[in-house]
Amino acid sequence: MAATQKQPVTGAGPFNGVLTWIDARFPLMSAWREHLAEYYAPKNFNFWYYFGSLAMLVLVLQIVTGIFLVMHYKPSAADAFASVEYIMRDVPWGWLIRYMHSTGASAFFIVVYLHMFRGLMYGSYRQPRELIWIFGMIIYLMLMAEAFFGYLLPWGQMSFWGAQVIVNLFDALPVIGPDLSLWIRGDYVVSDATLNRFFAFHVIAIPLALVALVGAHILALHEVGSNNPDGVEIKKTLDANGHPVDGIPFHPYYTVKDMLGVVVFLIVFCAILFFMPEFGGYFLEYNNFIPADPLKTPSHIAPVWYFTPFYSILRATTENFIWVLAAGVIAMGILVARSVTTRRARIATLAVVAVLLAAFFAIDAKVWGVALMGGAVMIFFFMPWLDRSPVKSIRYKGTLYKAVLTVFVLAFLVLGYFGTLPVTDVGTFIAQFCTVLYFGFFALMPWYSRMDKTRPEPARVTW
Amino acid sequence: MSEQRPDEGKRRFLVAATGVAGGVATAAVAVPFVASMLPSERAKAAGAPVEVDLSALEPGQKLTVEWRGKPVWIVRRTPEMLKDVKESDASVADPNSSRSHQPDYAKNEYRSLKPEYLVLVGICTHLGCSPVERFEAQPQPFAADWKGGFYCPCHGSLFDLAGRVYKNKPAPDNLVVPPYKFLSDTKLVIGEDTKGA
Repeated sequence: MAATQKQPVTGAGPFNGVLTWIDARFPLMSAWREHLAEYYAPKNFNFWYYFGSLAMLVLVLQIVTGIFLVMHYKPSAADAFASVEYIMRDVPWGWLIRYMHSTGASAFFIVVYLHMFRGLMYGSYRQPRELIWIFGMIIYLMLMAEAFFGYLLPWGQMSFWGAQVIVNLFDALPVIGPDLSLWIRGDYVVSDATLNRFFAFHVIAIPLALVALVGAHILALHEVGSNNPDGVEIKKTLDANGHPVDGIPFHPYYTVKDMLGVVVFLIVFCAILFFMPEFGGYFLEYNNFIPADPLKTPSHIAPVWYFTPFYSILRATTENFIWVLAAGVIAMGILVARSVTTRRARIATLAVVAVLLAAFFAIDAKVWGVALMGGAVMIFFFMPWLDRSPVKSIRYKGTLYKAVLTVFVLAFLVLGYFGTLPVTDVGTFIAQFCTVLYFGFFALMPWYSRMDKTRPEPARVTW
Repeated sequence: MSEQRPDEGKRRFLVAATGVAGGVATAAVAVPFVASMLPSERAKAAGAPVEVDLSALEPGQKLTVEWRGKPVWIVRRTPEMLKDVKESDASVADPNSSRSHQPDYAKNEYRSLKPEYLVLVGICTHLGCSPVERFEAQPQPFAADWKGGFYCPCHGSLFDLAGRVYKNKPAPDNLVVPPYKFLSDTKLVIGEDTKGA
C-alpha cells in the first residue's frame, strides 16, 4: 500500500530511479529526513558539540582496527604476549593497527569525558533528556568494561595484575563475593580461562551492546531534540512550516561542521599515534612490556589513566575514612530529614541513616572502598533528579554552581593524578579530601542548585 | 463467527501461561551457559600439593613456590625477626589471628607450625596483589618506625613478619596460611597437612 503512494525520489540525478525503487521497499528517505536532512539542531552549537560525533568516529575506528588485530592475535596465556609482539614486529603494518587501537582507547575516554562535561555544563541531562543521559551513562559503563577486558589481552604484567585487582573487587561483596569472582575468572587465579573469556567479551559481547546503545542514545536524542549552550528548548518557537526558528538541518550544516572537528581531531590523534603512542607510559604502561608473572606483582601498579580517579577513591577508603563517611551520612540525614515534609519520609531517612551507620562499622572498610568506587560512577545516573536549578545551562546559573562545578572537575583531576602514583600518607589524605568533594558535588546538588542565584533564560538562543 | 466475542479471561490465562512456560524455559537454558563459566574440571584438578626442599634456605631468606597458581612464601626467620613479631603486637589489627584464615596449628603468635619457618600465601587479602618483602627494620617511605615485614605496592597494606596486617590499612585480614606439614627437618609439603585436609 505504502509502496504505491510514496513520492518518487528527486534531486539525486541518475540515482533517482534506484533510490525510488529502494524507498518503495525500505524507509530510506524517511530515515534520511528524520535523522539528517530535516533533523533540526539548534543553530548555536559551539566547540563542545564536536565530541558526540567524534566518539562515534572513535567507536568505528576501534571496531575496524580490532577486527584486523583479531586476525593475528592469539587469546591464550601461552601465546598472547608473543602474538602481540608478533603483530608489532612481523605483521605488515601491524604496529600501526595496534597503535591505532591502543591510542584509540585513550582517545575514546578523552572524547567521552569531554562529551560528559559538556552535558554537565549545559544541563543536557535535564528533563526531557533524562533517558539520553541514562543511555549515555550505560554506554560509559560498557566502555569501562570494554577497556578493562581489552587490557588483559596483551598478557603483560599490568594486564595480569590489573585484572587480578579488579576481579578481586567483586570478592569484597558480602555473601556472594568469593563465588562471584571465581565465576568471573573461571579459575582460582587469573589464568588462561580468564583471558579466553575476556577476549570473548571484548570482541563480541560488549561491542554489540555498545553499538546498540549508541543507536538508542541517538534515537532518544532525535526524539526530543538536541540541547544547546543556552539550555533553551528551540521547539518552543516554531516557524510557519513547523520547524524550530532557531534550528538548522543537521545535514548539511552540522555534517560540515563535524567534518572540521574530525580533521582537527585526526591531526592530534596522528601526532600521538606516530610520535608518542605510549604517551609517556599513560596510554601504554611500561610494565606491560613485561610478560605476565603470577608470582610477582610489579613494584608499582596503577590502572590506565582513565580509571585512576575511581581507583584513587578505592584506595582512599581506609578504616579511618569510615568515620568521615559516617559523619557525611549523618550530615546528609539531617539535611534530608529537614527538607522532606512528611513524617513517613523523615522516619525512612532516619532508618536509612541508622542502617548505613551500623553497616559501616559491621562490614570491612575494603567493602566500602569498592562500594564508593562503584557509587562514584553510578551516582551520575541520578543527575537529572539531583539538579533542581530553574535553568539548564551554566550560562544562566550563578557563581555558586560555577564554583562547585570547577571544584568537582579539579577534584576529579587530582584524584586521577594521585591514582597514578604509589600510596603515600599525604597522597591518601589528599585523595580522601577529594573523595569528599567528589561526592559532595552530587549529594548537596538538590540544595545548592536551588540556592544558586540564576539569571532568567532568554526566550530564544543567543550566540 | 465474527459476531462471537472473544473470551477475554481465557485469552489472558493463555497469554500468562505461555509467558510463564517461556520464562521457565529461558531460565533453564541460561543455566548451562552460566555454569559453563565456572572453573572447569581441568582447573579444579590442578591443585596438587607441592613439595619444597628447605636445605638451601638460610636464616633471614625467603623462598617463593607456586601452589594452585599462587605464590607461597617460606621465610626462615632469625631470632631478631621473631622478636620484631612480638614487638609489632600493638600495631597490628588482629594480633591473635582470630578472624584470619589459617590452619589451627598456625593460629598462634608466630602464625606457624615451627616459629622459625613462616609459610604464607603471598596474596594480599585486600585485592590480590603480591606484597614485596622489606625485612630490614629501618625507616621506610611508607612507615618511619618499620620493624620489617611485607609491603603491598598496590594499595599500601603493611604486614609484619608473621603476615599480620597493620592497623588502618586497606587489607582486612592477615595473610592466609596454607595447609602444610614437614616431612623432615628440611622437607615441606604445601597443600596437605597431617589431618589430611
